[in-house]
Amino acid sequence: MLAKTEKPRVIHPWPVRLTHWLNAVAIIMMIGSGWQIYDASPLFGFTFPGLITIGGWLGGAIAWHLAFMWLLVINGLLYFGYSGISGHFAKFFPLSPASVWADLRAAFRMDLKHETGVYNAVQKLLYLGVMFAGVVIVISGLGIWKPVQLWFFTDLCGGYFIARYVHFFAMAAIAIFVAIHLALVLLVPKVLPPMITGGRISS
Amino acid sequence: MTPTNRRNLMFRAMALGAVTTLPACKMTEADNSSLTDQFKHAMLAWDDKVQEALFDPHTLAPTFRPDQITNPPRFNAFYDISQAPVVDPATYTLALGGQIQNKTPWSVSALNALPQHSQITRLICVEGWRVIGQWSGVRLSDFLRHVGADLTCKYVSFKCADGYYSSIDMPSALHPQTILALNFLNAPLTPPFGAPVRLRIPVKLGFKNPKSLVHLAVTNVYPGGYWEDQGYDWYSGS
Ligand code: HEM
Repeated sequence: MLAKTEKPRVIHPWPVRLTHWLNAVAIIMMIGSGWQIYDASPLFGFTFPGLITIGGWLGGAIAWHLAFMWLLVINGLLYFGYSGISGHFAKFFPLSPASVWADLRAAFRMDLKHETGVYNAVQKLLYLGVMFAGVVIVISGLGIWKPVQLWFFTDLCGGYFIARYVHFFAMAAIAIFVAIHLALVLLVPKVLPPMITGGRISS
Repeated sequence: MTPTNRRNLMFRAMALGAVTTLPACKMTEADNSSLTDQFKHAMLAWDDKVQEALFDPHTLAPTFRPDQITNPPRFNAFYDISQAPVVDPATYTLALGGQIQNKTPWSVSALNALPQHSQITRLICVEGWRVIGQWSGVRLSDFLRHVGADLTCKYVSFKCADGYYSSIDMPSALHPQTILALNFLNAPLTPPFGAPVRLRIPVKLGFKNPKSLVHLAVTNVYPGGYWEDQGYDWYSGS
């Protein structure tokens, strides 16, 4: 695609913003209901307090989980489709271990500059990482939902028993990403408005 | 059951969209329930349709080796194990109802006289745990044909000695691994684990495997179920 270099360019095209905020809703609903489901048969020695879970009881949580998985998956497919066709996905590349290391050190020295509309190597890694976790959580989720009919997803995750752990750890990865993501937005609050309005950058 | 009422504007909008575009939910209490409940029920009805479409009568549930069997098995019901019903196998009968030609009740010995099938399969609970067991008994498809059931009907329903009840769709009922189980590990079922006859259906979640059956019917009228009526997904296939 040819970039119109004369006109100011949006930082975040509307399809990216729309799918981003729909995804935020889906993730909150999936994590909250997932924690309630977890509490019915905990994998580890702890449960999630009812105050931060969604659904109220196992049946309610499963109903939310199986409802919002559609938003999560359809919205995710739209995002990947748009990113691939529009060339948006190129923003996450190139990415090398050396560049991640350099940007990470710069960040800890507090002299990593925020360049509007450009992702640094650490951001690229985090974004690609959470997208990978998203793919893993959908595959393992389908594997534990339909271990007979969709057995290939279950097998891909090492069987039903292990798939539950895969699903849980993918959730943990996404939750950690969300925490870092929100912390960074708090540190550099000026990045928030463009994610809503689109923002403008003269190029 | 403690349903939460999250009357968020967005959910209301989504619920409206879902309720108007999807078939009405099967739950009878839906009329006076909140919009979020109606939204959930409509989505579960949609999920049931998807699960029905995903169901392949030729896909078998995985089977396991004898050394993988969970022994002793895990008890689970809506009451404590000490309250499990004790049915006298000598006087027991399984009553039949609905679209079935020969409704003569069945005794345990009559069921034992039909061709037997054994399976080592996994039972997955909706809570997320699973057990592996060896069950044997009569294929439900054999039984339904034997008594002249109308196999074009939509549902097979079950009632239990403890008041529990459930129902399944006909294609799942005719699946080769769906059996009226009489034995566990080659010995007759024991009272807390469904004696004398239980449904064993590995293509469904655990709560769709009712125990201590006293009544079986074939029908086109949606029969619901003990948990299903409280908001669990009716189809609940694996
Ligand atoms: C297509 C997407 C997904 C599907 C099909 C799916 C499906 C499922 C199923 C079937 C269960 C187990 C229900 C049970 O034990 O009865 C479950 C549990 C859970 N899900 Fe998902 N899920 C999906 C996405 C997600 C996402 C995006 C998250 C969070 C970011 C999430 C978090 C959880 C958690 C924390 C549990 C409880 C884990 C456990 O104890 O086994 N899921 N999910």
